[in-house]
Amino acid sequence: MDITVNILLTIATAATPLLIAAIGELVVERSGVLNLGVEGMMIMGAVGGFGAGYLTGSPWIGLIAAIVIGALFSLLFAIMTLSLATNQVATGLSLTLLGLGLSGMMGTSFVGLPGERLPNLNIPGLSSIPIVGKLLFGQDPIFYISIALTIAVTWFLFRTRTGLTLRSIGDSHTSAHALGIKVIRYRYLAVLFGGACAGLAGGHLSLVYTPQWVENMSAGRGWIALALVVFASWRPWRVLAGAYIFGAVWIGQLHAQAFGIPVPSQLLSSLPYLATVVVLVLISRNKRLTMMNTPASLGQPFVPDR
Amino acid sequence: MKKLLIALMTTTAALSLAATAEAADKLKACWVYVGPIGDFGYSYQHDQGRLEAQKALGDKIETAYLENVSEGPDAERAFERLAREGCKIIFGTSFGFMDAEVKVAKKFPKVMFEHATGFKTGDNLGVYNARFYEGRYVLGQIAAKESKSGVAGYIVSFPIPEVVMGINSFMLGAQSINPNFKAKIVWVNSWFDPGKEADAAKALFDQGADIIVQHTDSTAALQVAEERKLHGFGQSSDMIKFAPNAQLTSLTDEWGPYYISRIQAALDGTWKPDNVWLGIKDGAVKLAPYTNMPDDVKAMAEATEKKIAGGWNPFTGPVAKQDGTPWLKDGEVADDGTLLGMNFYVKGIDDKLPQ
Repeated sequence: MDITVNILLTIATAATPLLIAAIGELVVERSGVLNLGVEGMMIMGAVGGFGAGYLTGSPWIGLIAAIVIGALFSLLFAIMTLSLATNQVATGLSLTLLGLGLSGMMGTSFVGLPGERLPNLNIPGLSSIPIVGKLLFGQDPIFYISIALTIAVTWFLFRTRTGLTLRSIGDSHTSAHALGIKVIRYRYLAVLFGGACAGLAGGHLSLVYTPQWVENMSAGRGWIALALVVFASWRPWRVLAGAYIFGAVWIGQLHAQAFGIPVPSQLLSSLPYLATVVVLVLISRNKRLTMMNTPASLGQPFVPDR
Repeated sequence: MKKLLIALMTTTAALSLAATAEAADKLKACWVYVGPIGDFGYSYQHDQGRLEAQKALGDKIETAYLENVSEGPDAERAFERLAREGCKIIFGTSFGFMDAEVKVAKKFPKVMFEHATGFKTGDNLGVYNARFYEGRYVLGQIAAKESKSGVAGYIVSFPIPEVVMGINSFMLGAQSINPNFKAKIVWVNSWFDPGKEADAAKALFDQGADIIVQHTDSTAALQVAEERKLHGFGQSSDMIKFAPNAQLTSLTDEWGPYYISRIQAALDGTWKPDNVWLGIKDGAVKLAPYTNMPDDVKAMAEATEKKIAGGWNPFTGPVAKQDGTPWLKDGEVADDGTLLGMNFYVKGIDDKLPQ
């Protein structure tokens, strides 16, 4: 039984940063903006979170710093693409490149230092219940944030007026603008939210997953998060499903290898990607529904006519 | 915006010119790294070597480096740029730089080139490598002594000879203590992804391994060992700070002495391309202080280290291949060529080698 619990815990840790970054990007894309800078914002969050946690000795301050730095970094993207109407794809890519380089420079003095780990939740009594105790009440705080975020974003997008407005901007910014909606303002907030989420995901890497700072430690997770959003056809719960399938297949293949199952490891390593794509394609088979969920003005720059 | 950019560009150009002008009377030694120097692993250790050389040779030399250079056309540009900028001796530190370096070395016959872990040499191109497998034999012995379950978890990157050689040497060491010792091998297909390495360590521990060995670069696996109150070995650099209660020792690369001797030779005008494979006896492969183990295990490890430094090769027969066919006869020592191209396991390994 212990091994099952351990496996589930490992899966949750692997899925959490993907889920958080993808949920953030989902809101950004729902507003009609494509920010390919997730990887860059994530790594900035990782270095910022580690740095602040290390210097103050408090991983909680690190966590907040990760969120703030992710948001600040995305502000750069927002100013470029929203106020100056630059190409979103090119700006997003350069944000990633800038983030990878800048974080390496900022983190030079943190290399080789053990960091502060965010403590796991520990509720006396509840956390020590066999099996479910550890799973439900004994994980790291960011895990709970990630689940809460998924619920909150679903509610916000589909149950609130502001969420409806945001989606309408994503579908047609010109119509929204004609209705008097402040398109740019909404998009600024969405991009900042996406940045904060990516930063938090980065903070998870350097404060929970592997409490250390090394250059490039996000290792492509930002790109996986981006892909998850598309394959999940912009639906929050599918993003969650995708992140967990990805995590589960990845951890599963590690166990298969350790167990000695004679399948080529290269094939096993590619399984998480394949499985996630296949499952998400299957659940979004309904073409009409997918079309409905795709933000129609995704990636198009918007310049108000006056 | 535009003005600002132009201003910036002019400043950078002026700065780099200043740097070259100043360098005129010193010997310029340059490095090309495949990873970031902030990886706290392979490239980091090479850079530590550079810093040692700079410190030892002081104002007689000037050093420069390019990091994060990917293998392929980029590498060629990197070498060429350094050669044009006045580097007199250039060290390329990754196997994949080989062809690029060979090409550029032909173009700049007056520049001295050195390539780590490769096998192509030229009139002005030497190669150097380190016998990491020597250290891995010691790790195997320690693992077999310290493990209660008799199973080690081994996290590996890619099935290249260097890595296979390491697994084999580790297992030979372990089997010399406990003939039934097992290793569970997990390929993560990446040199560097802390998250993946941590996940692999967790999976291996969950499946009953109680000691972790790695041929990947980050400290993540050791941190997991620390959390689970189990043990493991560091890689490339001393990782004791990350796992004060878990690290038994760490297999570290010390390039400094080699770099110093080569640059000194260049200064003296005695530099000639060579082909060296340095080991424990040369100080290029080092084991970090033995910690978290009883004195008798420590004494055993030190004795083995001494034996290897004295010239004994861990790949000394009798050794059989995985399928039981004999490979080395009693007392026969594996030749370097076979080791450098190693693509098979020795007996007692349960994994199937990916091809």
